[in-house]
Amino acid sequence: MTDRAWIDAAITAARPQAVGALLRYFRDLDIAEESFQDACLRAMRNWHLNGPPRDPTAWLIMVGRNAGIDGTRRRAKQTALPDEAQISDLEDAETALVERLDGNQYRDDVLRLLFICCHPDLPATQQIALALRIVSGLSVKQIARAFLVGESAMEQRITRAKARVAGADTPFETPGAVERSERVAAVSAMIYLVFNEGYSAGDDSARAGLCDEAVRLARLLLRLFQTEPEIMGLTALMLLQHARSGARFDAAGEIVLLDDQDRTQWNAAMIAEGLALIDKAMRHRRPGPYQVQAAIAALHARAAKPQDTDWVEINALYLALERLQPSPVVTLNRAVAVSRTEGPQAALELIEPLAERLSGYFHFFGVKGALLLQLGREREARGAFDQAIALANTAAEAAHIRIHLDRLTRDARAAGAKA
Amino acid sequence: MLYAILCYNDEDLIGAWSKADDDACMVRLQAVERDLKRAGRLGPVARLLPTTAATTLRKGRDEPLVIDGPFAETKEQLLGFYVVDCDNLEAAIAVAKDLAVANPGSGAYEIRPVGLFRDGVDSLPQSPMTAVAP
Repeated sequence: MTDRAWIDAAITAARPQAVGALLRYFRDLDIAEESFQDACLRAMRNWHLNGPPRDPTAWLIMVGRNAGIDGTRRRAKQTALPDEAQISDLEDAETALVERLDGNQYRDDVLRLLFICCHPDLPATQQIALALRIVSGLSVKQIARAFLVGESAMEQRITRAKARVAGADTPFETPGAVERSERVAAVSAMIYLVFNEGYSAGDDSARAGLCDEAVRLARLLLRLFQTEPEIMGLTALMLLQHARSGARFDAAGEIVLLDDQDRTQWNAAMIAEGLALIDKAMRHRRPGPYQVQAAIAALHARAAKPQDTDWVEINALYLALERLQPSPVVTLNRAVAVSRTEGPQAALELIEPLAERLSGYFHFFGVKGALLLQLGREREARGAFDQAIALANTAAEAAHIRIHLDRLTRDARAAGAKA
Repeated sequence: MLYAILCYNDEDLIGAWSKADDDACMVRLQAVERDLKRAGRLGPVARLLPTTAATTLRKGRDEPLVIDGPFAETKEQLLGFYVVDCDNLEAAIAVAKDLAVANPGSGAYEIRPVGLFRDGVDSLPQSPMTAVAP
């Protein structure tokens, strides 16, 4: 590995803890980021001459803290105001070495950094962009590419999100137990948003990298909260879904359905890790939505062939999920399991009451069309597929539905020719 | 004399490697393995999955305590390891409990899923296994 590559990796790995600690010292996101940037520049000059420090994170925090204090003093001189108040807790800054041993402080630093990205006023896309910029340290250019927008548009979006966050009261006091678990829940949801942003992008590699990043953030969170079954569930869920990414699209970029995927293309190491995590989580007997969804993904992962899939158990798990987190989308997913266990008619009856609430949802019409098709109601199926195409989010989704429509047209023509 | 060579590094750091860096590292390591194997000197090789997937069975009680996370005591040392094929974590914990009965007293077994396993005789891909380290 080149010097540059390992220094980059060390900086990426240290970033959440270092920026989190600097944010606690300076209580200002911009100063924290600038001082970290400063420390990184010095690391690049220094480390390849002197070799890596024993603890790169502690090094970056120390150097970043000094850089931040220098910067604050310089600014204070320019404005002729003694602005020591900018540096909040000098005392805890000086005990950095002691702190290195104190995992709890770091834990709350990283959690706080993640948590400020989940400000409830921020729309989901801004939460994701902010987390990728602040916590993951992706460049604005990389984030812009992942969201398929121009660099300056993304720059603006991030600046606006930061201003919103800075205007809010960032909670710097050590959180209590309830507060902490609320933060963990908000952060988990944000990490899953990052994942879904990548997952829904299909085979676009710039965005698919977001899945890896989300898994990395989840592992980070799990290392901080090792006994939280829902974080195990979240990490397992993402690993088990991500494991299929090599098989979800064919060479032409078309969607390949779960039943038709080449299961040897699934990533065995990710599946092993996901299964180990969900096994661990279940031992706690404290089920939650991520664990249940991961358990469903695990049943797919454990089936070597599609016909080995335990649809009865999947149906039971979706029922549990409907209780934990009632939503028409969950019921729609359960309908797919019901179609396997009780047949398409029962599944269709289950989804018909959802029509109004899911009238703008691509997958509703995709599932409905497929069920109608199984029942031989081809004209109605065509209608559902037409609606699905109109609601498709990606070209691959539209193309996938078009295959059904083309087949219907072909069959109709063949039937016409026969008659 | 057989020597076990145990690999230590900062997991956060390895997790921040790009896939290309990780793949390139594995290729370089495989070149070292190839030479050893040609000389008939290579035993099993394993890459463990992250410690976040680890469970630890703590001995020294009537009913051993199963805790989340990796083994984290510094006053105990790694003395050996097993590689066992298990259907799930419960089965791996059961094996560790059997070991604890056979070797009671202090200490712990860390249970780590294995992501990559080469048995040293050939390089056929194997089903994921679970390592139980004392």
